Amino acid sequence: MAHSARRDSPELPDLSLLKRLVRDQLIYLLEQLPGKKDLFIDSDLMSPLDRIANVSTLKQHEVDKLYKVEHKPIVSISDQICFLIRPRMQTVKWICDVVNADKAAGKFRRYKIIFTPQKFYACEAVLEEQGVFGDVTTDEWAFYLLPLDEDIISLELPEFFRDNFLAGDQRWVRTAGSALHLLHSLFGPFSKVYGIGRCSKMTYESWREQVEQGEQKARHAEIGNVFLIDRDVDFVTPLCSQVVYEGLVDDIFRIKCGCVEFGPEVTSSDKSIKVMLNSQDKVFNEIRNEHFSNVFGFLSQKARNLQTAYDKRRGMDIQQMKTFVSEELKGLKQEHRLLSLHISASESIMKKKTKQDFQELLKTEHCLLEGFEIRECISFIEEHINRQVSMIESLRLLCLLSVTENGLLPKDFKSLKAQYLQSYGADHLLTFSNLRQLGLLVEQQPGETLTVMESKVGKLVNDRTAVKLTDAFSSLAKKSHFRALSKKLNLVPKSDEEYDLRVPRDMAYIFSGAYIPLSCKIIEQVLERDGWTGLEEVTRLINGHEFAVTGADPKSKSDAQRIILVMFLGGCTFSEISALRFLGKERGYKFIVVTTAITNSSRLLEALLDNNV
Amino acid sequence: MMKSKADEEDYWNSSKYNAFTFDDADDELSALKETKKAVNSIGPLLAEDGEEDWERVSWSGEPVGSISWSVKEMAASNQRADREPAFPKISTETPSLGKSQSGISLSSLFKGKPKGGNLQTFNDVLGDPSLRLYTPELRKPKSEYKDLVSDWSAEETVQRLQQGKGVTLEKFRSLQDKLLLLDLAVAAHDGNAITAVLIYLKRTLCKGASLRWFCCRRLNVTFSPFGFFCSEVLFRELESRQTALRHFIHYLTENREQRLLLELLRALGRTEEAALLQYKDYKNIADENKRRDFLKSCLSLQFGGEDGNHVQDHYTLLERQIIIEAADRKAEREGKLEVFQKFPRKASILNMPLITTLYYCCFYHYNEPEGTFSSPLNVRQTFKISEKQYFTTALAARAKLKNWTDVDAMFNSRNWLGFSKKKSPLSFQRVVDILQKNSAPTRVLQEYVGLVSDAELRIGLAQKHKCHDIVINTYRDMKDRQQLAEYRKKVERGSAEERKIDELLSNQQIRWKN
Repeated sequence: MAHSARRDSPELPDLSLLKRLVRDQLIYLLEQLPGKKDLFIDSDLMSPLDRIANVSTLKQHEVDKLYKVEHKPIVSISDQICFLIRPRMQTVKWICDVVNADKAAGKFRRYKIIFTPQKFYACEAVLEEQGVFGDVTTDEWAFYLLPLDEDIISLELPEFFRDNFLAGDQRWVRTAGSALHLLHSLFGPFSKVYGIGRCSKMTYESWREQVEQGEQKARHAEIGNVFLIDRDVDFVTPLCSQVVYEGLVDDIFRIKCGCVEFGPEVTSSDKSIKVMLNSQDKVFNEIRNEHFSNVFGFLSQKARNLQTAYDKRRGMDIQQMKTFVSEELKGLKQEHRLLSLHISASESIMKKKTKQDFQELLKTEHCLLEGFEIRECISFIEEHINRQVSMIESLRLLCLLSVTENGLLPKDFKSLKAQYLQSYGADHLLTFSNLRQLGLLVEQQPGETLTVMESKVGKLVNDRTAVKLTDAFSSLAKKSHFRALSKKLNLVPKSDEEYDLRVPRDMAYIFSGAYIPLSCKIIEQVLERDGWTGLEEVTRLINGHEFAVTGADPKSKSDAQRIILVMFLGGCTFSEISALRFLGKERGYKFIVVTTAITNSSRLLEALLDNNV
Repeated sequence: MMKSKADEEDYWNSSKYNAFTFDDADDELSALKETKKAVNSIGPLLAEDGEEDWERVSWSGEPVGSISWSVKEMAASNQRADREPAFPKISTETPSLGKSQSGISLSSLFKGKPKGGNLQTFNDVLGDPSLRLYTPELRKPKSEYKDLVSDWSAEETVQRLQQGKGVTLEKFRSLQDKLLLLDLAVAAHDGNAITAVLIYLKRTLCKGASLRWFCCRRLNVTFSPFGFFCSEVLFRELESRQTALRHFIHYLTENREQRLLLELLRALGRTEEAALLQYKDYKNIADENKRRDFLKSCLSLQFGGEDGNHVQDHYTLLERQIIIEAADRKAEREGKLEVFQKFPRKASILNMPLITTLYYCCFYHYNEPEGTFSSPLNVRQTFKISEKQYFTTALAARAKLKNWTDVDAMFNSRNWLGFSKKKSPLSFQRVVDILQKNSAPTRVLQEYVGLVSDAELRIGLAQKHKCHDIVINTYRDMKDRQQLAEYRKKVERGSAEERKIDELLSNQQIRWKN
């Protein structure tokens, strides 16, 4: 793809260093508790842990048995127990129960909690309240960053999104700042930092403070520029169906920590297999960023090449055959396997998507993005709800309607909400309340536009008497000005032009040529202008908090200046990563994406359901 | 917005979007299948040792040796162990009370890591200079804590909180000092520090709500959840500090301090949120009758907007589900009704959404008189279900039963409208879709495909569902000779359809457009 790509794109720094660091740290922490011990691991830490260590590493450091944290009485008989957990109060409460149960039974053990990536005072408060503070030692494992691929790093903190944007809890700001600080000390110094969004600004501040407090070392920079962006700057993009291969695989099979589990429908056996999806997989690497419609062609071409390569062995003499077997055969076999795997996966995707009227769904999405035939879209969504098709999918369409249209008309809102509750259950009242709080699904305000109201309120916020007024806006909801932004930034290409998906001309290809992701467009514009000049209208519509700061003067026009670290606070999608890769190829940059977690429409919305009591 | 219909069709048929249509799936899929076949047929060479390059994967699909795999194995082996009735293990050691220094003092909480268990083993890890370089904070000797009485200023205290270091908050005793601490933490944007200060404020400003409540109960005094008896000061100060307030709410939510949270929300006048929070509690009640009673008690809460009506519906629905469930369980057990034997109920109807309930009623109680609780018409009336919604659900239910007579009647005998020809509040395209999903036979599908008014759409559907007659007739009506000739290739050789096409193509009276 991107045949016009510049060829001089710089080399990426070696991110595997991050893995080695955290592994050594973990080993060090385990050694702090000498002797045999049982290890309890938070379930959502298991996959990340798998990426950096394995059972034998743990066994070498005297971990006897491994258990998953399950919030029920434990069966371990070891006299030393170590808990490796995320700093969550409910998990700590469970540990307190374990300790207190042991105490009651007169059992003596040594307990250690390792919080990762850091501990919170609230968790320690639980230890104190439950009377086990002091019986349990605590430590921190600064496992901030997990490289998922050569250009993707994840904090593996999906809760960042809900905590920060819905609850307005800034507990992870420092974490994000520390993660950035770690990258800065390994691959910096950075020369420029751009950003947009409240959380980005705070993260920047936290990072800056940490840099000031730490010692400075003169180093050769490997990453020159940084871009911080809040997820709530652009909710439209993660709400769209993904049609680029990697995104599609994530939407359908759910990629977890860079690994996907293909079920029997793909493997055509009764077993599932887990496959790592990254640039090491040669076949995957070539199709991951491709629009799905190109994938078939690519795969069959690949199959033909493979056949030719195998055919070479005909007519070989023994010596040649020997060379063939020792040099080429293994590679071919590997490729062969990967090829049949991705073909089966594509086949399965195709079947699933045909079944659920994907075409109609995409058509509705494109109409919404373009602001065209909204009434038809609404009745499509209504029928979708009426037929009780996927609860999340219906919610996704409703949210997309709301963020593109800047809210629903009161009449539509009332009727669609009522029908949604009828179809999927009254308990979604809580879901709607969350979505409203976040600004994802709102009713248009009659009369005065909210923007005017907001600016008025904005002036009054510092005034104590205005408290009652601000109350109405106490949520962090953001107004969406998608239409205006779309016009200003040309996000929706003109529909009368042909769009050849095989030779994409811009980032819109990731959405079939129908829409350029807002988040990536902003990044493109700011890099092009080396700042926010000329984008005043855009930042006003996004509700500001933009910044661009220059730090250390780059000593030379080194390659590092063309390596750009983009940090998504609140998650980013594979489609956005593909779009940035495309942009990088076009402009001779290389992007490294750091995200609090990989997200997609389902994860985004599931985080806002109210399942946990 | 105002593009004409024709424009629109053009628009969607333009090459831009045609590049990728899942509707063309058949062609793509068959191409893919061929590729797959080709790939699979390559080299028996591979068959011999095909597995070696794969990661070894256990039966559950986890790579053997991975941590997730190992944890699962452990769980499985524990289950095995669980089943053996074993005597409880008696510890030979005397229970040691060694570390009883859990003196619950406020200061110890913020003191950082306790010194106990300082069991360092120096290993080669420390030999790695890079590690030391990047993790200087990892294990500084904790002796650096100054004495507790040390005089950290408010600024220094917040800074130490941010760094996760030990602090003592007890010296901040005046309200002013406490609020200064809070404001500094907020200014530092560090949620962890903000919450730490809030916990301190809650402990010192808010004298145990739950304890009071407990006392009230013990003394048989009526407990008023509406009284601000403890946290007035804190609440008042939080009201003007929105960031801190959000942190406090989140902390209380996570710590499951429902009572205090409700009190807070009410004090702030956020009654709608309080109502939802209280309503949410129904999820903790498993028994359906208790749940119903709880929902009833929620009806008096001050919900915002239409939410009160939705909660009312929730209550009414559960009440009705309990009645239907009892009756149907009995009927099923007694085996008097045929439908329950032919289609045994898979699950209870309790706590299902309204539309699922309606579907259930259309499935099992379709022809009941409107007066009964389980009659679909009664459900429709009670919950003001739209005509379209009702139709969609009833159609799906009757189609699932393969009761094509009922299905047919839905379109005809709509006597209050006086229609005799087939009419539907739902587009016929959607009707076909629903019928097809319930595996309707071609003979039934055909009838409804034929009713789709848009010719292109009709042909598309007819081709998809192999309704040859409709395709042929539509091309004939469109006088499209080329398409018809093209379609001839797709029908079976020597079939009636082929003959029909041949007849048409040789028919001199049709004035073909091409």
